Amino acid sequence: MIYLDNAATTLQKPPEVIQAVVNAMTTFGNAARGAHSSALSASRTIYEARVKAAALFGCPRADHVVFTANSTEALNIALFGTLSPGDHVISTDLEHNSVLRPLYALEAECGVALSFLPADSRGCIDYEDFTRLLRPNTRAVVCTHASNLTGNRLDLARIGAFARENGLLFLVDASQTAGCTEINMERWGIDLLCFTGHKGLMGPQGTGGLCIGTDIEVRPWKRGGSGVHSYDTSQPSAYPTRLEAGTLNSHGIAGLSAAFDYIQQVGLTAIEDKEHRLMQRFYTGVSGIDGVTVYGDFTQENRSAIVTLNIRDYDSGAVSDELEQAYGICTRSGAHCAPRMHRALGTVNQGAVRFSFGWFNTEDEADQAIAAVREIAE
Amino acid sequence: MRSKALSLVVTFDTTVQAMAAETHLTAHRIPGRLIPVPREITAGCGLAWKAPPGAGDEILNAMGEGKLDWAAMYELEI
Repeated sequence: MIYLDNAATTLQKPPEVIQAVVNAMTTFGNAARGAHSSALSASRTIYEARVKAAALFGCPRADHVVFTANSTEALNIALFGTLSPGDHVISTDLEHNSVLRPLYALEAECGVALSFLPADSRGCIDYEDFTRLLRPNTRAVVCTHASNLTGNRLDLARIGAFARENGLLFLVDASQTAGCTEINMERWGIDLLCFTGHKGLMGPQGTGGLCIGTDIEVRPWKRGGSGVHSYDTSQPSAYPTRLEAGTLNSHGIAGLSAAFDYIQQVGLTAIEDKEHRLMQRFYTGVSGIDGVTVYGDFTQENRSAIVTLNIRDYDSGAVSDELEQAYGICTRSGAHCAPRMHRALGTVNQGAVRFSFGWFNTEDEADQAIAAVREIAE
Repeated sequence: MRSKALSLVVTFDTTVQAMAAETHLTAHRIPGRLIPVPREITAGCGLAWKAPPGAGDEILNAMGEGKLDWAAMYELEI
């Protein structure tokens, strides 16, 4: 099997990650719920994971790393915890439904106003639109780091500078880039960074997090057991406990912590270089094939390792099925939870076939995928 | 039950504070360990650092160097 669906989740995980989860499941008690050795093992591992996440993402404080089940949960916590009636938000057409649906709900239920930077047919935005869309009541800029459909990246340093100049909150969805490229909250002025553990970070599913900048207040979205301040009637105010009611997924976080170590050991640059090389090799191989339409901006120097395409007018689902049944190649087809991006690309009816590369893929696999696309297109 | 002895107890507001303190104090070979908060005192976090009496200055210096937060420090018969 050739697995080219790393933008959905990385299938191959470092052995250290798997071993860390197994160890955790045989040794951990409940973190922050006791002082015996098993509970402390869990607490220590979670704390170490916070420290590693803060270092990886340039988050100013380890106790501002809040663990969640995934990016979607982190995004919901961040959006519902910071926006209020009357606020205006600027976002983009590149967004995933994990950003769009909470925003649409805030618009419908809480009177939050929304504006979206339009994307062109290559999935690119015009950065001047941020200024054009600015209003006196604009409260936040909310955007992805990279489109899950095209792999196009946004210039977070530039957007962060705009947010800073205008006193806006800057919230970033790093689902497609965490673990694949450098992200620096402090340098780029990111106030809230949402990440998932199971994609580029190569950790277990069910892990993710929200990194919160200095002096950023996020209202709690759930309340419950915290292991601290047990007699208080309200949720403790200190991060991360404020946003982490209930037992944490310490088994998953142990795996995520091992994944942070693995990435540190391999190096982000090595990972990015390899994934980019595989993506570029595949793009070069398929872009000239008659009948193949590739979506996205491949003039970008830094883009995510995603190549999305269609073959003639074939149903993208049928192409993806053929890729697996005849060639053993796993891809994602159809709609990719990015409705605004599909509209911009003109792929609402056909969907698209996404090939996404990861650290464990090889050049031979990329070449086999090129050959498969060529045969199907003939 | 073991007989009681005078101890130094450092309390915390959050589990993260307790974990940060343990990591730092252990790395600097400061004596002590994490225990459940004794009932004689109230604290936000259920974990406390128990150390021999007289280790207060050493702990305070290390916590200051590490820019660590804690809630309070007590000497107790526990």
